[in-house]
Amino acid sequence: VFKRFVEIGRVAFISFGPHAGKLVAIVDVIDQNRALVDGPCSGVRRQAMPFKCMQLTDFVLKFPHSARQKCVRLAWEKENINEKWSATRWAKKIEAREKKAKMTDFDRYKVMKAKKMRNRIIKHEMKKLQRMASKKGKKPGKPVKAAKGKKPEKAPKAKKPEKAPAPKAQKAQK
Amino acid sequence: MAGEKAPEKKPGEKKPSKKKAGEKKPVEQKPSQKAAGDKKKRVKKYHASRNPVLARGIGRYSRSAMYARKALYKRKYTAPETKIEKKKKEMPRATITKPVGGDKNGGSRVVKIRKMPRYYPTEDVPRKLLSHGKKPFCEHKRRLRASISPGTVLILLTGRHRGKRVVFLKQLDTGLLLVTGPLAVNRVPLRRAHQKFVIATSTKVDLTGVKIPKHLTDSYFKKKRLRKPKHQEGEIFDTEKEKYELTEQRKTDQKAVDSQILARIKKVPQLRGYLRSTFSLSNGVYPHKLVF
Repeated sequence: VFKRFVEIGRVAFISFGPHAGKLVAIVDVIDQNRALVDGPCSGVRRQAMPFKCMQLTDFVLKFPHSARQKCVRLAWEKENINEKWSATRWAKKIEAREKKAKMTDFDRYKVMKAKKMRNRIIKHEMKKLQRMASKKGKKPGKPVKAAKGKKPEKAPKAKKPEKAPAPKAQKAQK
Repeated sequence: MAGEKAPEKKPGEKKPSKKKAGEKKPVEQKPSQKAAGDKKKRVKKYHASRNPVLARGIGRYSRSAMYARKALYKRKYTAPETKIEKKKKEMPRATITKPVGGDKNGGSRVVKIRKMPRYYPTEDVPRKLLSHGKKPFCEHKRRLRASISPGTVLILLTGRHRGKRVVFLKQLDTGLLLVTGPLAVNRVPLRRAHQKFVIATSTKVDLTGVKIPKHLTDSYFKKKRLRKPKHQEGEIFDTEKEKYELTEQRKTDQKAVDSQILARIKKVPQLRGYLRSTFSLSNGVYPHKLVF
């Protein structure tokens, strides 16, 4: 049922508070509510932190409990947590959300145009397939539906600014 | 004060004459210049005080006695004539002669230029108290938001062009913003807009080197009101023409400005379509959350 556990070396994401948005490693458990936490590569000093503001990630480091910051840093860099984190979907979603919030009026216009064009292409292909399917009627051998999946990525990407694909891609995944 | 003058300074000589009440020595004149052999400046040797001191602040002689002792009856100086006095001397024309027209045609009559008042009010208007800091509109300070600079794309919020995105050109003397569509893009001509009723976006068109004609001022854009109250009884409100008429000058000015701006708009991809579109809110869109 539970896949991620609080353990020494678990990397956690801080969701609120002064260090919101940073990654830390759990170094030791103080009591039922707090942990000793350290984020040498993410700018968080070694401190006590309540579990409530931590969200566990999939990464675990290997170091003994109450290890000093240098050891935590070594383990962190050995595992290359920063890169692994930015490759996760979680981090990408966060980044897309930030980008969307920073969109200016002009950017919103460009995204609108791109989405419109993309939807048109999709609709066009759908209609084509529907027509062919209804024409063939009872006949077996439906045309390849996999072609549709490729179309949306193709043409819109050619024109847009790099901001637009990111929110658009997120929308497609949702 | 003494530092800027001629380098020679004789503080010893200046002091005794400064202390006495009677004599005042101009600080520029220095008796030491006689020794330098300066023939142009007449040496001024000043007399010591002619009013011996009885006690501090009290002299022996009265004002009138001192007048006589200093021979001021011989030394009367007048202040140099000021410009105002000079102007007063040249008397302005009081009357003018005009030809007689109408019935008694032919000769000329003399008419006063400045006439006596034809009416005196029975009650005097009381003098208004002085106030400070109340300036007329023409002297008000004009401010411009930091987010607005020439070339910024603005969103108009009021008026018949509400929702349209428009290019900002410059701020006029009254503080209103001079703005243009351009006309070919969204049918907004050269127009004035109020700063408060405008959203400034962060999109900017590069307007370096664009020359805006100098004659586009507030009076150029001001609505013209014709006042010809020659009407008798009827048709009191018909004489006001409400229709706006497009003049040739406006067209040429529009073209002159727009041609420069359109070239720059074409350089930015999708900007033309952006300016053609209008701004609107829909469900879930909150202006305080939007970044413009």
